[in-house]
Amino acid sequence: MLSIGLGHYLTLAAIIFTIGVVGIFLNRKNVIVILMSIELILLAVNINLVAFSIFINDLSGQIFTLFILTVAAAEAAIGLAIIVVYFRNSDTIRVEEIKNLKG
Amino acid sequence: MIAHSVFFYIFSLIAIVSAVMVTVSKNTVHSVFFLILDFISISCLFIMIGAEFLGMIMLIVYVGAVAVLFLFVVMMLNVAEQKGQWFSSRWDGGTHIPVGLLVSLIIFFELIIVIGGWKYKPDLLNSLSINISTEVTNTRSIGNVLYTDYILLFQISGMILLVAMIGAIVLTYRERVGVKRQSYVKQISRERDEGVDLVEAERNKGVKIDA
Repeated sequence: MLSIGLGHYLTLAAIIFTIGVVGIFLNRKNVIVILMSIELILLAVNINLVAFSIFINDLSGQIFTLFILTVAAAEAAIGLAIIVVYFRNSDTIRVEEIKNLKG
Repeated sequence: MIAHSVFFYIFSLIAIVSAVMVTVSKNTVHSVFFLILDFISISCLFIMIGAEFLGMIMLIVYVGAVAVLFLFVVMMLNVAEQKGQWFSSRWDGGTHIPVGLLVSLIIFFELIIVIGGWKYKPDLLNSLSINISTEVTNTRSIGNVLYTDYILLFQISGMILLVAMIGAIVLTYRERVGVKRQSYVKQISRERDEGVDLVEAERNKGVKIDA
């Protein structure tokens, strides 16, 4: 319990991943919170990669975390731009009113 | 060692609580603030475990750029009146909450089972590509491989950022009509001959300028 191993980090990442998934499922407020939940999921993936990289003494995991950070930043920028355009066109970003695709 | 574990538990507790608050907060602005707190505590964990460069990059990129971008969009779109409608569902009688919780619990227990029961491949430790050396700093060792072995991926991620930037600008740009703007082309392509205009002014009649 007192010595922190790989399992502690993996459990933390699993908990944060699950919270992100819950956020996507349960959210009916607005799309921005869903984007934030996606950021949480990517954060959990980063925790896993960094923990493995440190505990098996290989640097590749940290390099890939860097690339995931890049892609996450690009994804957040594009997603927010799409939300801004959608809000400009239809005056709402409530999840349950976005049903033009009949999903 | 004790201090390490105490700080691990403190930071991970803050991270989990703030992740829950991101999902649960009624006000979207509060969600963004809890997201910032989450990123800060996770980057503290990264710095503590020995990945200083990633921890600092996480602080700079996420807290400094992405979270502020979220905050900016939340403030710009007028979503403040939507608070107080927490997980509300007017459309389908609220079946999404138990189903969502069930699926999430299944995912969580699957992950926990995997964490409890996995082990390394036998020849993994022989097949490691880049060992972390203890002589050079974390930033230096990342830079050593990032610009040599991973240069192609590095360039491609730069291209991804460029495409994201162009896409965001193209999506949100709109041309406004009826707004007076500078025309750079007109200003630059002005010639000396048209700059000064000599007119014959008739007495008591005046001159019409800017025809």
